[in-house]
Amino acid sequence: MNTPLNSFRNLPDERGHFGQFGGRYVAETLMPLVLDLEREYRAAQADPAFQAEFDDLLEHYVGRPSPLYFAPRLTEELGGAQVWFKRDELNHTGAHKINNCIGQILLAIRMGKTRIIAETGAGQHGVATATVCARFGLPCVIYMGAEDVKRQSPNVFRMKLLGAEVVPVTSGGATLKDAMNEGLRDWVANVHDTFYIIGTAAGPHPYPEMVRNFQSVIGKEARAQMLDRTGRLPDLLVAAIGGGSNALGLFHPFLDDPTVKMLGVEAAGHGLDGDEHAASLLGGTPGVLHGNRTYLLQDEDGQITEGHSISAGLDYPGIGPEHAWLKESGRVDYTAVTDEEALDAFQLLCATEGIIPALEPSHAIAAVKKVAPTMPKDSIILANLCGRGDKDIFTVAERLGVEL
Amino acid sequence: MSRFAAAFGKSAPALVCFITAGDGDTAANLDALVEAGADVIELGMPFTDPMADGPAIQAANLRSLGAGTTTHDVFKIAFEFRERHKDVPLVLMGYANPMVRRGPEWFGSQCAAAGVDGVICVDIPPEEDDALGPTLREFGVAPIRLATPTTDAARLPQVLAGSEGFLYYVSVAGITGKQQAQIESIEANVARIKQSSDLPVAVGFGVRTPEQAAAIAKVADGVVVGSALVEICGEYGAEAPAKLRELTSALAQAVHTARQD
Ligand SMILES: Cc1ncc(COP(=O)(O)O)c(C=O)c1O
Repeated sequence: MNTPLNSFRNLPDERGHFGQFGGRYVAETLMPLVLDLEREYRAAQADPAFQAEFDDLLEHYVGRPSPLYFAPRLTEELGGAQVWFKRDELNHTGAHKINNCIGQILLAIRMGKTRIIAETGAGQHGVATATVCARFGLPCVIYMGAEDVKRQSPNVFRMKLLGAEVVPVTSGGATLKDAMNEGLRDWVANVHDTFYIIGTAAGPHPYPEMVRNFQSVIGKEARAQMLDRTGRLPDLLVAAIGGGSNALGLFHPFLDDPTVKMLGVEAAGHGLDGDEHAASLLGGTPGVLHGNRTYLLQDEDGQITEGHSISAGLDYPGIGPEHAWLKESGRVDYTAVTDEEALDAFQLLCATEGIIPALEPSHAIAAVKKVAPTMPKDSIILANLCGRGDKDIFTVAERLGVEL
Repeated sequence: MSRFAAAFGKSAPALVCFITAGDGDTAANLDALVEAGADVIELGMPFTDPMADGPAIQAANLRSLGAGTTTHDVFKIAFEFRERHKDVPLVLMGYANPMVRRGPEWFGSQCAAAGVDGVICVDIPPEEDDALGPTLREFGVAPIRLATPTTDAARLPQVLAGSEGFLYYVSVAGITGKQQAQIESIEANVARIKQSSDLPVAVGFGVRTPEQAAAIAKVADGVVVGSALVEICGEYGAEAPAKLRELTSALAQAVHTARQD
């Protein structure tokens, strides 16, 4: 696709930078691999057979295109803009994560790699990775913080059923960032045969770009579906942000549509005024972690602080570098909603639409709940329903004081 | 002559010793290393997320941060070391984020003021040199680069360009404190690097014993020992200096005499 000169869609540059963000901040041992990965990814991008296989698997294995759904009762309840959802929670494995995993495993196979590793927080990316490994018969090691292993036992069991080895990580705070450290340690020690499937639009270049591109199927479909159904583009896109992959997947194909506003929703946890949140953009500062320069939760010495969110998938102290750039450029607005607000939105969607959302998109729904009433009735909000809530029913039950 | 040139210009190979700043009584531990024969000191800057380190150095980072070590404390340790030891090269080793947090100028000026000779930043490869390298050079602090078994011939010139002080050859593709590489592979790689550079080459990762150190000293300009010393700091606490002295003497003896037979 041709992009105009003043496009928001033509980054990163050849060094993997989005303005001052992004890049390849990795140990020298990994640098040649990261360069090799970029070369192979460019070759795959130029190969119609690669794209054809990706599309075929998305259609017949993942179940794409996912529906675009108008939510009539939620719209009525909120009394403002029409609310529409991109239904990526209907994908195989229940979230958008699988889109990216299909792309990366095809690349791994193309590169002749024989062993797959990944990090996971909530377990959704771990499940999606274990799924594609089973599908293609590759051994798979998933690093998961020991705390998350405890919090997300159903997903741990799912990964094991799918044949993955799940390694609990006890270093640091034993959550997602520590799992990512352990993934990087494994990768440096097994560079010859191992492919690291990173689960969000972060990490060293080319991961942020590559993950965004694999996830862009969300926005490409949604844009065409919306035009087809309503003859116009939406006025506002809304998506939750952990590392930022579902949000970029939805936003990126619309970035050069000037009438389309965008809102990324971070996790405010117990509130942005304290330490217990996971809002890297709104409550953090720029720094370098996990291969890229981006906004981080950190102290004045550059030590990384632990994020908090009711949603394990948003509980990461960084954010993909493209979001850092989109924030600074002003193209996308960012907000944050608390655990409480997300829980309310979770219940609201269950009650009005008969859809149990994951806690991650519940943050997006909470933001929709706030903005929809301020917009005229003929305006359109499109939110990314990027995951289903089956994995979260235990957390929600506990918060609501219900014993299962 | 720079302190590096002097340390690597001695008649025997150099022993390079690494410990983490703020893990125990660092001044006493450093003095023990120097008195027992360390030629170059690498002082680790603690970081919450030491991605390239194995369990021993990860634990040292957490002990240090748990004890409340700040970046100011690290520079204070460095400054006081320089007052006590005028001639021993001092290198700060760590990760990018604590180094760039207050801007590269702040970091470079602090290094210069504290008498730090060089900086090894694990996660700033040549591709991202802008983030810190130019400022360090401006302040007369050597950016010390790492070469690894995956650094192929095409890439080596890029690693060497802009490297100062010495070159650190990481002998294994992996994290600190784990397995040791075959001596043949180390010898070949050091020879390859020395063909393209006049910098001294120090070899590290996985070196624990005087025997291993001696074998490497036969083929390189320096030998780096880290995890084995860091483990002593963790295990012996206040008693660490005596134990560090013991191991360092044996390592120094092995390294300094390796080429005599
Ligand atoms: C359903 C769902 N949504 C969102 C996220 C957050 O990731 P990202 O911001 O990359 O979409 C996760 C992560 O686990 C998830 O499982």
